Amino acid sequence: MHLWLILAVNSVTLGGLLFLLSAGFSLIFGLMRIPNLTHGSMFMLGAYFGVSLIAAGTGFWLAALLAGLGVALFGAIIERFVLRRLIGAELAQVLVTLGLSFMVADACLMLWGGDPISVETPVALRGATAMLGMAFPTYRLAIILIAVVIAVALWGLLDRTRLGAMIRAAVDDPAMARVVGIRVSHLFTIVFSLGAGLAGFAGVIGAPILSVYPGLDQDMLPLALVVVILGGTGRLMGSLVGSFVVGFLYNFGQALFPELAYVVLFLPMLVVLVVRPQGLFGRVTL
Amino acid sequence: MHAKLRRRAFLAGTAAAALPMPAIAQNTPIRIGLLTVKTGPLAQGGIQMEQGTNLFLKDRNNMLAGRKVELVVADTGGNPAGTKTKAQELIERDNVDMIFGPLAAFELLAISDYVAAHKTPILSLAAAEDMTQRKPNPYFVRASGTSAQNMHPLADYAAKELKYKSVMTISEDFAYGYEQMGGFQRVFEDDGGRVMKKLWPPIVTPDYTPYIAQLSGVDAVVQGFAGSNPLKFMKQYKDAGMTLPVLGGGTAGDDALLKSFGDEAIGLISASAYTSDLDTPSNKKFIAGMVRDTGAIPGLYAAGLYINGMVTEAALEKTGGKTDDKAALIAAMRAVSLTDSPRGPFHFDHFGNVVGTVYIRRLERKDGKLVQTTIKTYPNVSQFWTFDEKWFLAQPVYSRDYPPLKS
Amino acid sequence: MKRLALAVALLALATVPFWVGNSYYVNIATQILIFAVLALGLNVLVGYAGLVTLGHAALFGVSAYAAATLINAGHGSVVVAIGASVATLVVTAIFAILALRGTGLGFVMITVALGQIVWGIAYRWISLTNGDNGISITARPAPFGLSLTSAPAFYWATLVVFLVAVGAMAMFVASPFGAALRGTRDQARRMSALGYNVWLTRFLAFLFSGFWSGVAGLLYLYYNQFVSPQTVALSASAEALLMVIAGGTATLLGPIAGAALVIIMKDVASAYIERWNFVLGAIFVVIVVFMPEGLVPGSVRLWRWAIASLRSRATAPALGRESEP
Repeated sequence: MHLWLILAVNSVTLGGLLFLLSAGFSLIFGLMRIPNLTHGSMFMLGAYFGVSLIAAGTGFWLAALLAGLGVALFGAIIERFVLRRLIGAELAQVLVTLGLSFMVADACLMLWGGDPISVETPVALRGATAMLGMAFPTYRLAIILIAVVIAVALWGLLDRTRLGAMIRAAVDDPAMARVVGIRVSHLFTIVFSLGAGLAGFAGVIGAPILSVYPGLDQDMLPLALVVVILGGTGRLMGSLVGSFVVGFLYNFGQALFPELAYVVLFLPMLVVLVVRPQGLFGRVTL
Repeated sequence: MHAKLRRRAFLAGTAAAALPMPAIAQNTPIRIGLLTVKTGPLAQGGIQMEQGTNLFLKDRNNMLAGRKVELVVADTGGNPAGTKTKAQELIERDNVDMIFGPLAAFELLAISDYVAAHKTPILSLAAAEDMTQRKPNPYFVRASGTSAQNMHPLADYAAKELKYKSVMTISEDFAYGYEQMGGFQRVFEDDGGRVMKKLWPPIVTPDYTPYIAQLSGVDAVVQGFAGSNPLKFMKQYKDAGMTLPVLGGGTAGDDALLKSFGDEAIGLISASAYTSDLDTPSNKKFIAGMVRDTGAIPGLYAAGLYINGMVTEAALEKTGGKTDDKAALIAAMRAVSLTDSPRGPFHFDHFGNVVGTVYIRRLERKDGKLVQTTIKTYPNVSQFWTFDEKWFLAQPVYSRDYPPLKS
Repeated sequence: MKRLALAVALLALATVPFWVGNSYYVNIATQILIFAVLALGLNVLVGYAGLVTLGHAALFGVSAYAAATLINAGHGSVVVAIGASVATLVVTAIFAILALRGTGLGFVMITVALGQIVWGIAYRWISLTNGDNGISITARPAPFGLSLTSAPAFYWATLVVFLVAVGAMAMFVASPFGAALRGTRDQARRMSALGYNVWLTRFLAFLFSGFWSGVAGLLYLYYNQFVSPQTVALSASAEALLMVIAGGTATLLGPIAGAALVIIMKDVASAYIERWNFVLGAIFVVIVVFMPEGLVPGSVRLWRWAIASLRSRATAPALGRESEP
C-alpha cells in the first residue's frame, strides 16, 4: 500500500516534469510537422546554462528563466538559418535536427566536461512535505505546480491571444492560413524558439532531480517522443495527458516489470501508433 | 581545456632526462596505445583515464627504461565495434607494444580474443570476472580488481563490524552490477546475513524513485552504481527521505565524484582499491600532480591508469627495456610486485589479476570539503577472497540470479 | 564511358589489399563494403519506396544475433546463413505488417518504437542474448574450407557478397517490380487505381530490404566476431539512415558513397580529430542543407554547375558581340 502510494504520487510528479519537457516538442511537432530530434539536447543545454548561471551566483528561478531564454534564442537561430532553408522537406528537417543534436551534445561535453554536475534544490523547497500519512519531497510536488502554471499559460497563449489563434490556424491548415495573410514562416520561428525555450527551462527545473551529465539528452528524448506519440500532437491536452500516462507507465512499469523496462514504455507507443496514429487526443494525422 | 588536434606522441616539454644512453642504443620508442572513451556518456571515466596516463608519463619525463615513450590515444566511442576498430588501428597500423584500457567490460570482451591472438599485453580496468577466471586471457593484466573483489571484504565488514543482519541491493542491470552484488551476497550470507531483495534498474534510469520506494525493512542498502548514476541515485535517495545506511562499491564512492557530490553522500561507506586519503609517497605525488594538472582529486580511473604505467615501468626494468619478446613482457608484467603505489602494495596472481589492499572508507565533510576517510583496510585481497580457488572457479560466474536468494 | 569507369572501379576494388598498404585499412575497406550492403538494403525502402525507417539496425542485428547463437550451438556455415536469413525475414515481416499501418512520419515513429523494443529485448532478455556483454564467436567460418581469418581473405569474401548485392539491386531497380515500387512512392493512389496492390508491393520491398540488411548483419558478425545490444540501438539505425541520405537516395552509388563517408569519418578521421562527433554532425547538417539529394547527386550537380559556369564565361564575350545591334 505504502509502495503504491509512493508510486502514484511520483507518477504525477514525473508527469509534471515530462509535461515541461514535451510541451515544446508537441508544439513544434504539431505546427511544423517535425519531430525535433534536437529537443533532448536543448533540454540538456538549458540545464548546463543553468549550472553556469547558478555557479556565477544567479538565483535558481532566474537562472531557469534565463537559461530558457538562452535556448530559445539558440532555437530561433537554428530555425531561421537552417530549418527555414528546408521548408517543405520534412524528412530533411528531421535529419538536420539529428545532426544538430550530435553537435550540441559534443559541444556541451567540450564546454562543461564529462563529469556529472549536481544542482542544489532551491532553498525554499528543500526537505519533505507530510501528505497522506507520508513524506514526499517538496520540490517534486512543486514541479506539479510549475507544470500546471506553464500549462495554463500556454493554454492562455493558444486560446486567448491573437498569436495563439494564428498558431492554431496554421496547425489546422497552413495553406489557408497563408491565404488569410498569416506569416506562417514567422510563426515557425516563434514556435520553434518557444518550444526550445520550454525545453531549456525544463532542463534547469529537472536538474535538481536528474543532475546534469553527458548523455542526459539521449536519456530524455525517447521519453518526450513517447509522451507526444501517446498523447497526440498539436494539442496541449494531448501532452498533458500523455505526460501523466507515461509517468504512471514508467513508475508502475519499473516497479512491477523491471525486466521489461523499455518494452513497457515503447509497447503502448507502438500500439497507439498502429491503432490510433493521431494519439489519444491528437488532431494531426501522422 | 587545450585543444588537441594531433593525437600522436605525448611529448612532454619538460627537460629531457640527462641519462647516459646504454651502449646498445634502444632508439625505437616504446609505443603504448590507450583505448579510452572521449565522446558520449562514458566520457567521464575515459577522460580521467587519459589524464592519469598523461600524468604518469609526465612524471617520468616520457622515458621508461631509457627509451622514449610514445602514447597513441584512440577514442572508442564507448561501443564494442568502435573498440574493435580502434584496437586494430593500434595494433596493426600503429604497432603498439601494449594497450592500456579499454574502459568498459563489454568493450574488453569484444577485443579479448583479437588482442590475445596478436600477443599484445593489455592492461585494463574493466572488471569482468571471467577475464581472469573462467575464460582467462593470457595477455591480460588487471591492477584494479574484479567486480566482486571489493565487495567480498565490504560484506565481511558489514556483517562482522557493522553487525548488519539484512540488506537489499540495488545496482544497474548489467554484468558489472550482477557481479558486484553477487560477490557481496555470497560473503554476507556466509557470515550469517540475509539479502532480502535485489533490484536492477536499467543503466539509463532518469528516476530511481520506483526502486527506492521498495527499499525498506532491512538494516542497510547496498549499491554498485557506476559513471554518473551514483550522483543521481544518492540525490534521489535522500530526497525520498531515506535514512537507511548505504554501502557501495568502488565506482559508487569514486573519489572523482567528491567534487560533484553534495551532502546527500555524507555517511556513504564504500569499498575501493583506491582511496585518495592513502598516505604513501607515490599517492601524495600522484594526487598533487592531478590536482595541479586537472584541478580535481583523482578517482579510480586516473589512479588505475597511473598504476598501469608503474606496472609497465617495473616490467620493463625486468626485461631490460625490451618489448619485442611479448611472452617475456607479459610474464614480467605479471611478476611485478610493488610496495609503494597510489593503491599501496600489490602483486598479481597467476591469472594476471591483482592481489592488493581493499580500503573501506566513509565519506565525510572535513574543513568544509568532502573527503574519504579510511576506516578499515583488508590487505592482500585476491579475486577469490578466502574461498578455495578451485571451488570458486567450479561455481558459475556471478549473474543476475546467481547466487540465488536464500530468503 | 560508364562501362570504362565501372571496369576501373571493379579493378580497384578487387586489388584493394595490394595498394592500400596496411591490413588496418583493408579492414576499413571491408567495413565500408559491409555497411554499403546495409545502406543499399535500406535505400530500397527510403529511396525507392519513399518509406523512411529509423529501425533498420534491428533487422541487421537480429541476423547477427541469430547467426552468433547458431554458431555457438555448433552449426555449420550453411545452416547459420539460412537460419539467420529466416530469423531476419520473420522479424522483417512483423515490422512491415505493423509499420505499414502508417505512412510518412507515422511509419517512422512505428519503426522507432519497434527498433527500441528489439533493443530492449537484446538488453534485458539475458538468457537469449547475454545482455550487454554480447555474444562472441571464436572463429570466422571457413566456407568450402577457405580460411577467412586474414584481412585480405575476408575482404575478398565480403567483396564477392557486395558485388552480388549490387547486382541484385541493379536488377531490382530495372525490373517492373522496381518501377511499380517507385510508382507507389510517387503516386500511391494512382497505382491503386491502376490495380496494383500498394500494400503488397511495399511489403515485398520491405522483405527484400530486410533480407539484404540481414546479409550485412551476417557479414558484420563474421567480421567483428562479436555482437551486442549497441548494434541494434537507435543511434545505429540513425547512422544507417545517415549513410543513405548523405550519399543520396536516387542512385545505387549514393548509399555506397554514404557508407564510405560515415565509416571513414568514424574510424579514420576520429584518430586525427578529437571532436569528430561534432564534425560528423556538422557534415550531416551541411549535406542535408546544401545537398539534400545527397552527396553523389549533389556533387554531380555542383560539378555540372561548375562546368556550365566555366563554359558560360568562355562564351560571354561572343554573346555580347551578337547582341549588339
